[in-house]
Amino acid sequence: MPNRAVVGAHYGWRDWLVQRVTAVLMGLYTLLVLGLLLWFGGLDFAAWKGAFGNEAFRIGTFVFMAALLWHAWVGVRNILMDYVKPVIVRLALQMLVIGALVGYAGWTIQILWGPR
Amino acid sequence: MAAVDRPVMKPRPVYLNLFAIRMPLPAVVSILHRASGALLFLVGIPLVLCTLQRALASQESWAEMRQLFQSPLAKLITVVLAWAFIHHLFAGIRHVLMDVHVGVDLASARRSAAVALVLAVVVTLAIAVRLW
Repeated sequence: MPNRAVVGAHYGWRDWLVQRVTAVLMGLYTLLVLGLLLWFGGLDFAAWKGAFGNEAFRIGTFVFMAALLWHAWVGVRNILMDYVKPVIVRLALQMLVIGALVGYAGWTIQILWGPR
Repeated sequence: MAAVDRPVMKPRPVYLNLFAIRMPLPAVVSILHRASGALLFLVGIPLVLCTLQRALASQESWAEMRQLFQSPLAKLITVVLAWAFIHHLFAGIRHVLMDVHVGVDLASARRSAAVALVLAVVVTLAIAVRLW
């Protein structure tokens, strides 16, 4: 990338890549879950509980959620940059979004590994 | 200060009344991609986490959740969120394919936009039929 100028922001190449890598990860997890549902032909509490009792499935689910939250950040930030022009309002909204996403991450960990 | 000298531009008419502009199909798919993403963030993530937590807590709360999802309102919300997820997924696959230079010419782009749009609606309708 030649002739980089100081623009007060980064160029967005990393966000672009993150958006795609996280999307592919989520797509793979979606296929896995669809496959499991078809394989077991439905869902009762025992199968449901069993799936989430499996450490590998929990880790896979956490990877999905982490990808989702990062993906959501890039997308929501783009939306805010496009439509919210006053800097102070945009920054406030962005902080709110980050807070929500970090909170969701904590909530996910609590659901997956917390006491039942 | 300016790193790049920009050419002086002639003032151009700005006309952005979205309701008067006829959007081409790829633009419709694109704005729905954004709208569905916003919906998934605002409603989808908290709702899924809530459901996941309740459904895993105990046999009773699992049954409670199943009961809750029998209500027409819950089914409607499920169908709308399912559409958002599926449209976002298909439009996203289309984006990634175009990133690797598959179907970037105008005719293919229009065709794939139509496919993504229609397929998402069809799959959503199939889910809706199953739910009711």
